[in-house]
Amino acid sequence: MPTHLTTHARRLLRGTALVCALALGATACGDSDDGSSNKAVSEADIQAALKEGGTITVWAWEPTLKQVAADFEKAHPGVKVNLVNAGTNKDQYTALQNAVSAQKGVPDVAQIEYYAMGQFALTEQLTDLKAFGAGKLSAKFSPGPWNGVKAGSDGVYALPMDSGPMALFYSKKVFDKYHIKVPTTWAEYLDAARDLHKADPKAYITADNGDAGFATSMLWQAGSRPYTVDGTKVKIDFSDQGAKTFTGTWQQLIDEKLLAEVPAWTDEWYKGLADGSIATLATGAWMPANLESGAKAASGDWRVAPMPQWTAGGQVSAENGGSALALPELGKNEALAYAFVEYANAGDGVQTRLKNGAFPATTADLQSTKFQDTAFPYFGGQKANKVFAESAANVPDDWSYLPYQVYANSVFNDTVGKAYVSGTTLAEGFASWQQASVEYGEEQGFTVEK
Amino acid sequence: MTTLQPPAAAEPRPVPPPVRRDRRSWTGWGFLAPFVAVFALVFLAPIAYSVYLSLFRDQLIGGTTFVGLDNYAEALKDERFWASLGRVSLFLAVQVPVMLGIALLVALALDSGRLYGRDFFRISIFLPYAVPAVVATLMWGFMYGTRFGLVGDINGALGVSLPDPLSPDLVLASIGNIVTWEFVGYNMLIFYAALRVVPHSLYEAAQIDGAGQIRVITAIKLPAIRGALVIATIFSIIGSFQLFNEPSILQPLARNAITTDYTPNYYTYALSFNGQQHNYSATVAIVMGLITMAVAYAVQLRGMRKGV
Repeated sequence: MPTHLTTHARRLLRGTALVCALALGATACGDSDDGSSNKAVSEADIQAALKEGGTITVWAWEPTLKQVAADFEKAHPGVKVNLVNAGTNKDQYTALQNAVSAQKGVPDVAQIEYYAMGQFALTEQLTDLKAFGAGKLSAKFSPGPWNGVKAGSDGVYALPMDSGPMALFYSKKVFDKYHIKVPTTWAEYLDAARDLHKADPKAYITADNGDAGFATSMLWQAGSRPYTVDGTKVKIDFSDQGAKTFTGTWQQLIDEKLLAEVPAWTDEWYKGLADGSIATLATGAWMPANLESGAKAASGDWRVAPMPQWTAGGQVSAENGGSALALPELGKNEALAYAFVEYANAGDGVQTRLKNGAFPATTADLQSTKFQDTAFPYFGGQKANKVFAESAANVPDDWSYLPYQVYANSVFNDTVGKAYVSGTTLAEGFASWQQASVEYGEEQGFTVEK
Repeated sequence: MTTLQPPAAAEPRPVPPPVRRDRRSWTGWGFLAPFVAVFALVFLAPIAYSVYLSLFRDQLIGGTTFVGLDNYAEALKDERFWASLGRVSLFLAVQVPVMLGIALLVALALDSGRLYGRDFFRISIFLPYAVPAVVATLMWGFMYGTRFGLVGDINGALGVSLPDPLSPDLVLASIGNIVTWEFVGYNMLIFYAALRVVPHSLYEAAQIDGAGQIRVITAIKLPAIRGALVIATIFSIIGSFQLFNEPSILQPLARNAITTDYTPNYYTYALSFNGQQHNYSATVAIVMGLITMAVAYAVQLRGMRKGV
């Protein structure tokens, strides 16, 4: 029995408990009220801070920031950027949350994905960047990401770093081989799924075994708005028409066993993408780099098309993934930190990151001819950025995530996931996801309207 | 050669008894201090902190408040917690007897002295225990794959369709299989070591009395290793209740089958790391610890009573 090995895990948990206990003590002692978030910081203040120099700590896992930090240091001698990878997404949020509770070791800048923004913004753990004049930048960013950093309020809690307007990646080789038309609506997609699987029982239209990020993006595109957030008042409702539209189609894909039950990001998944047995992927515009590295063998086989639509002739898209750089309220050196964030996400840093494969959130870059005319050898020379840029412009900007979406996503597979492996329907799965999210919200002190 | 001055040469100094007793007791503590300090720091303090934590509630909205025993009341009503406890109990009821049975059979076979290549056999049975649980689980996880894994290969080669070992109905059995593979060798070694110390004269006496092998096993060997059996059972009970590594590593491969409340330990982990519910997580951990202690103690009492 795993006696010895699990003691390891237990010790780890205990250690964490200890850290948390310390954190708790600290919170209890340091009950000082903020109120510092309202002070305005002028451009002159920022310039002065840059001249004075200093060190800022940045927690981010985005690889392209490395070069940006180096360039920033070069442009401003005296400034040192301490770039730390404190874990990827959820791990980093846990670390950040713990640091904030401990009021110790909080970074000056932190990378936060749009879906997690609410959790940090609402609990006042992030500085409202309007004080730095970030409100003026709204026109610079495309609607989806900008909506993300506002986190359902009128503040601006971060500057968008990248974005993931959705598109349909498909294996042209497979579609050509079986003479299947590339779907423009989800109804056609369903037909294509049937035709493909009939023609080759080993091929599937796509791989999906329940992914919270994907499902919420699909709901976004289908016009569903399950989450309404007004400060600490939250409403969760997965029974609107948009949700019904999505679950109706997707349930058929599940029932007719037209989806490959391969977990994303595994070797199996990449193999499937490489040999075309997973024929399409509806996902964010950040995907090309992953395809190029993970499914190298399929170079030239794949193409990018606009997202299939729920109503024929429509032009609705959604965001999938993407992150921003925020200033934790407890971070120091705010002016310097803001200068870095602006440089990286709205200034010269953007070009550096684009060069290294990031997907922009800035409208000017999305619409520049240079960007749009980039030919992707992996996609047989297709100018895929045209599709992505168009998608970015078509993202409805009234979506909001829960202020505790990180937790909600963690129980997605406990609830909706059942629909993929048992007799539970997707609609029932979403109902129990709603239930679990409501319960957690109430426990955490939100006013939850059902 | 040097000669030592006899200590008696020093003036006799009669020390009053109370003072001496006092000094001696402090010396004792001095020797104990390193242990006590480490014990208090790594053992008592975390438990005390967990108990302290379990008396509070930290909310995203509203901050930290003292709630007394509310968390415990909640844990006792928590369906997810009881479901996870039920799952590990089922695991305990099925996997532990199977594993210990195999371990015992192997130990008896090794001890019988009739096995050819005994040392090789012993080391190869023990070897899986030397493989880190993480590696072992990853390896099995790959073999369980129905598409590109071993199960997939068997399906392809024989044209059959084996059920998916990672489906919700089978995943507990699949975990049991991994755990059995890992720990048969460990338990075998405990039993084997206990069997080796049984005096040979007993076997000779049994032979003279005309007892067969089976009779030797039931009348001599099993009673002789009863203590080892009880210990192995208690270890296994604790191990089952603390099941964590295997489900957490298989989880990415079977996200819909292994829920975040799959085992009590995995549930506390998820509470802490997904939901920031450190306080409630500490409560569940304490409740689970008490249950484990109670069950292990009951088994020990029963095992020892019969042993006398």
